[in-house]
Amino acid sequence: MSNFRETNIEELRHLVSERALSGETMLLNMGPQHPSTHGVLRLLLELDGEIVQNCIPDIGFLHTGVEKNMESKTYQQAEVLSDRLDYMNSLGNNLVFCLAVEKLVDLDVPERAQAIRVIMAELTRISNHMLWIGTSALDLGAMSLFMYALREREMILDIFEMCSGQRMMTTYIRPGGVWRDVPPEFDKAVRDFTNIMPKRLDEYETMLTKNILFLERTVGIGVISQEECIRYGITGPILRGSGKAYDLRKVRPYSGYELYDFDIPTRTGGDVNSRYQVRVQEVRESVKIIVQALNKMPGGPVRSNNRKFVPPPRSEIGVSMEALIHHFKLWTEGFKAPAESVFVTAESPRGEIGVFLEGDGGPNPYRIHFRTPSFVNLQIMPQLTRNRFVADVVGIIGSIDIVLGDADR
Amino acid sequence: MGIEQKAGNLGIVTTTLEKVINWSRTSSMWPMLFGLACCAIEMMASQAANYDMSRFGMELMRASPRQSDLMFVAGRVSRKMAPVVRQLYDQMPDPKWVIAIGDCAACGGVFNNYAILQGVDEIVPVDVYIAGCPPRPEAIIHGVITLHEKIRSEKLSTWA
Amino acid sequence: MDAILQSAVVFLKETYQSRENEYQGQVTVLLAMEHLIDALTRLRDEFSFEMLEMETAVDYWPQISPRFHIVYQLCSLQHNIQLRVRVPLDGNSPSLPTIEGIYPNANWHEREIWDMFGIRFDGHSDLRRILMPADWAGHPLRKDFPLGYEEVQFSFNFDEISLRKPKPGK
Repeated sequence: MSNFRETNIEELRHLVSERALSGETMLLNMGPQHPSTHGVLRLLLELDGEIVQNCIPDIGFLHTGVEKNMESKTYQQAEVLSDRLDYMNSLGNNLVFCLAVEKLVDLDVPERAQAIRVIMAELTRISNHMLWIGTSALDLGAMSLFMYALREREMILDIFEMCSGQRMMTTYIRPGGVWRDVPPEFDKAVRDFTNIMPKRLDEYETMLTKNILFLERTVGIGVISQEECIRYGITGPILRGSGKAYDLRKVRPYSGYELYDFDIPTRTGGDVNSRYQVRVQEVRESVKIIVQALNKMPGGPVRSNNRKFVPPPRSEIGVSMEALIHHFKLWTEGFKAPAESVFVTAESPRGEIGVFLEGDGGPNPYRIHFRTPSFVNLQIMPQLTRNRFVADVVGIIGSIDIVLGDADR
Repeated sequence: MGIEQKAGNLGIVTTTLEKVINWSRTSSMWPMLFGLACCAIEMMASQAANYDMSRFGMELMRASPRQSDLMFVAGRVSRKMAPVVRQLYDQMPDPKWVIAIGDCAACGGVFNNYAILQGVDEIVPVDVYIAGCPPRPEAIIHGVITLHEKIRSEKLSTWA
Repeated sequence: MDAILQSAVVFLKETYQSRENEYQGQVTVLLAMEHLIDALTRLRDEFSFEMLEMETAVDYWPQISPRFHIVYQLCSLQHNIQLRVRVPLDGNSPSLPTIEGIYPNANWHEREIWDMFGIRFDGHSDLRRILMPADWAGHPLRKDFPLGYEEVQFSFNFDEISLRKPKPGK
């Protein structure tokens, strides 16, 4: 059943140079199954010896049709699909989807829920950066760091499991707040984690930051300037590694980020090393945010009590008729959203994730579109890899930090 | 009994050819690195230090299909990726086994639409299905051990 | 509304007779297709909307005219304002000029819109499918394209669905 369709050179003629057509340069397929492409990304490299002349990314191998699938589900059911887009940042995807729904239907979120959301989003950011350090160091040759970095990720996944029952695709953040209150062990577990995290991060930095081999492989590689970033719509650690201090948590704060005090790490090199340093510093800032949120966590409800959108708790259903009717209506029909459109953005560990949501007066989203950072950031691959060695391509893909579920949706 | 009792100290064991070959196949399987989506992250977590899968012989994950004998299909298989999966399966030399990790590889999972294959067993024959979205690393290890038990019960007539 | 955003909206209204709509603090401007390139160039140069955040399309089938709305989301990092521009399009062989010259970002966004909706962009450097396989027929996100839903196999219809399910060859 290997019915392949060969990629003809004719269709790519406008992208490759004439030397490829005569056979002087080689077209090499760094195929969908490759240990270093962080998922199913296909890169068509045009090589002159070892030097890359052009690199054509080919995505779509993980296209899931989430946008069309969500159009036939209610908002509560559609949120389950949103976890699985950028699977490293699942709570962040939940958060941005819920922000969009709340903006569309004008739903309030209590303060305790906002503090819990911030803690969850920052824990997700740290877990993503830990996996990023592990896998990109693995690509560059530092294999032992992979084993060490996943230790912290396991601690974070234990915290997620304590709150929601699931390690990864939790759907913990729901429209109106969070699903349920955090258990009593949450505070101690998160404090243990934040006490231990800076020391562990120092260990990882000792292994990499001043390591001459790491510096040789990352300094001056994959340089992009700030203006190019803005022209191409690149945000996140890549933009901050090129000098512009632009972080959506400061510029358009959401979910109570304006109450916490943190810096935006910026470097001016614009190369792979700067982005590495930006991400390591971001982990430290995230730890600061989590500690502040834990200390300031207010009491109160964790979900809005607007019963038109949020189902009532189980205890109320037995005693109140309205609660029963609301429960029935919400689970059979879902809530209705007005026929307007909103665009909401949040800061994912990769950049700016946005949700364009248009309702039509019914219970299903009429059109939902995710503006995902990996899709946009991958466009600069040809520019970053021009006139570089093949070995640098691997380091560059690691520094852009793409997740193919994000790019292909 | 018998010869083993008499000659036990000499380090001689008696067994059948089937058992020896099945035991050697299970003890050092080399999985092929084929993580597609979220389940790949749990596969990596089960390979890492907390839930170590190299205790069961799977120390080395080979990227090349020619050098591996187990294919973990971890994650959702889209229509564009399906011929690639089949070609990789065809490139693996016999004996080979396939474990489908996660709901999307087993049956299409949460996604029931035009873009996702409803189960990777539409294109490759699967030996063990591991349920979960994503399955815990302990569940993945349980699936691997189930595959080992399945191989241990294979008969000479099937592969000779 | 911010002063600069207000002046941009007023400029668009006077020069191109566009209509504006505001919801929850977000401003959307409805623009006709002829003025698209001109308006976006002037928005980028005079009002410093440097970044194109997103470009997507919405399908309003079975309404034929306009059937599609192309939505552009512009963002100014300098003044921290956002503006949404919608361009209505007809249903029969929809096409409109590309804005790749203004924002190079739009390259892959427009490829995705071509792939998912079948809207052609005149002047695009590389219009091919990006998410679906290259020989796929149809444009999935259109409302008349079916979801491709497979019937769930319960025990009462297990056998009849097993017969229809594709099986692998060895």
